[in-house]
Amino acid sequence: MMSSSDLAALFITLKLAAVATSILLLFGTPFAWWLARTRWRFRFLLEAVVALPLVLPPTVLGFYLLVALGPQGPVGGVLEALGGHAIAFTFSGLVVGSILYSLPFVIQPLQNVFSAIDERTLEAASTLRATPLDRFFSVVLPMARPGLITAATLGFAHTIGEFGVVLMIGGNIPGETQVLSIAIYDHVESLQYAQAHWLSAFLLLFSFTVLVIVYRMNQPRRRRGKGTPP
Amino acid sequence: MNSGIHFHFSLPLDGFDLEAEAEIPGRGVTALFGRSGSGKTSLLRCIAGLERPSTAYLRFNGRLWHDSESGLFVPPQQRGIGYVFQEGVLFPHLRVRENLMFGFKRTPREMQVESLQRVMDLLGLNDLLNRAPSQLSGGEKQRVAIGRALLNNPRLLLMDEPLASLDRGHKKEIIPYLECLHRSTNIPIIYVTHDPEELVRVADHLVLIEAGRLTAQGALNEMMARVDLPISRDYDAGAIISARILEHDQDFHLTLVGFDGGELTISAIDLPVGSDIRIRIHARDVSLALEPPGPTSILNILPARVMKMQAHGRGRMVIRLDIGGVPVLARITRKSQHRLGLEPGSKVYAQIKGVALLA
Repeated sequence: MMSSSDLAALFITLKLAAVATSILLLFGTPFAWWLARTRWRFRFLLEAVVALPLVLPPTVLGFYLLVALGPQGPVGGVLEALGGHAIAFTFSGLVVGSILYSLPFVIQPLQNVFSAIDERTLEAASTLRATPLDRFFSVVLPMARPGLITAATLGFAHTIGEFGVVLMIGGNIPGETQVLSIAIYDHVESLQYAQAHWLSAFLLLFSFTVLVIVYRMNQPRRRRGKGTPP
Repeated sequence: MNSGIHFHFSLPLDGFDLEAEAEIPGRGVTALFGRSGSGKTSLLRCIAGLERPSTAYLRFNGRLWHDSESGLFVPPQQRGIGYVFQEGVLFPHLRVRENLMFGFKRTPREMQVESLQRVMDLLGLNDLLNRAPSQLSGGEKQRVAIGRALLNNPRLLLMDEPLASLDRGHKKEIIPYLECLHRSTNIPIIYVTHDPEELVRVADHLVLIEAGRLTAQGALNEMMARVDLPISRDYDAGAIISARILEHDQDFHLTLVGFDGGELTISAIDLPVGSDIRIRIHARDVSLALEPPGPTSILNILPARVMKMQAHGRGRMVIRLDIGGVPVLARITRKSQHRLGLEPGSKVYAQIKGVALLA
């Protein structure tokens, strides 16, 4: 069975994934919309930055984050100067790391689905008295539904599975920053295979269930109404 | 008072500039007619506020919508227009009912004059309400798009070739609705088309556009009877005449109609005596004779006077006739014109082989 520290790791993992995904969706959606619509000539620079975590070894990202977020780093230093404390080796640090690490998995599906929306659909809405904000909520978001679901799932799943970044900036503090993937690694290191099994099997089942639900939701809705298409 | 639509737009397009300035009627149906790529759609988008040219002026029935000089620009959502795109452009995530009500829900209550029921009846949408746009045929989509624009309670309805994406059968399905729309609302309509047939069925007023410039405009009847415009070269060219039904001949299945220039016997029309109709006499169906012809199969022969002549191509002439004050076009060969010695002022007999009923 799972020990209390395993349960804590599970809880931290889910909390981390939920918090990181929520923040990514909240800020990533308008950002992806802007990326999809802007005619700014240097857009490609931002797109390259967003894609960086896809190709960078997680340890590299983690290393720079550690440097930046630690007490001597630029971000950590400012935080300390403001009376706070550096966020390396804290849950907040994990959240920051996860957001950066999962950024492309949320931004890219959103940008793709936004780009696919026909400009004329929005023009039609504008001739039908919808303001830009109204158009975003009544046309863009509903039409982007599959992309939103994909983005949320990938962001969540990817955060749950991360290892390298977390290890670098979160360390391995049980009950605070120890997440599932690291707990599993620890169990294997100390040859506690049964424990590793429990956690691994749980993660496997959980991931599968989430994916099943998502794909079910993303299926084209069943035809409503009694008419048949001509 | 300030009725009418006055505009001036300069907008660079691919290959040429749109440079359009005109004042057109603020009521009835105004057709913007020109070839594909002549800038019709761009002009319509400028009027809707979907394009924002750097030089622009637009005043609609007393309301200033766009004035680049003072920096005034009323965005489309505040203009209270209806816009029908070429391919409908319905919202794919909403059912037909929600598509129809999209603009209505956003119309201030005191301006909600249209009703869902009326629009559904007008456009035959009753059975489609619960369908998704993906389940509609092209013609159905276009009817929903027109209904959606009407339910926006527009001050001005803009239609961009609403039939262009449809096949012949679906066109035929929609044209009656458009004619009906024309008669049952007093919303001014600007209708973009490159199809002469559509033009004569729906328009009251005609604006010609060529390579981004407006070349001529006027009432449809007058424009269709001019010999100097490119449309008079069209195979289907011909004058449009207002007439009234005088009498039905049940035995021979014919109807006698009267117009300012005389009377015409045409195929039976299923409308009561006294009804006002519009008829069209194609230039290709009118031939000319100097003397009243002897016994002939042609029923309609009217005395006329040659007003204007214009050569079209190398062998043909288009001739504008005056029949009791009503202009009628005739197309003959240059050889015939030569042989009959026709010139402006000549008295002739117009033999009218066919008359088409418009609406």
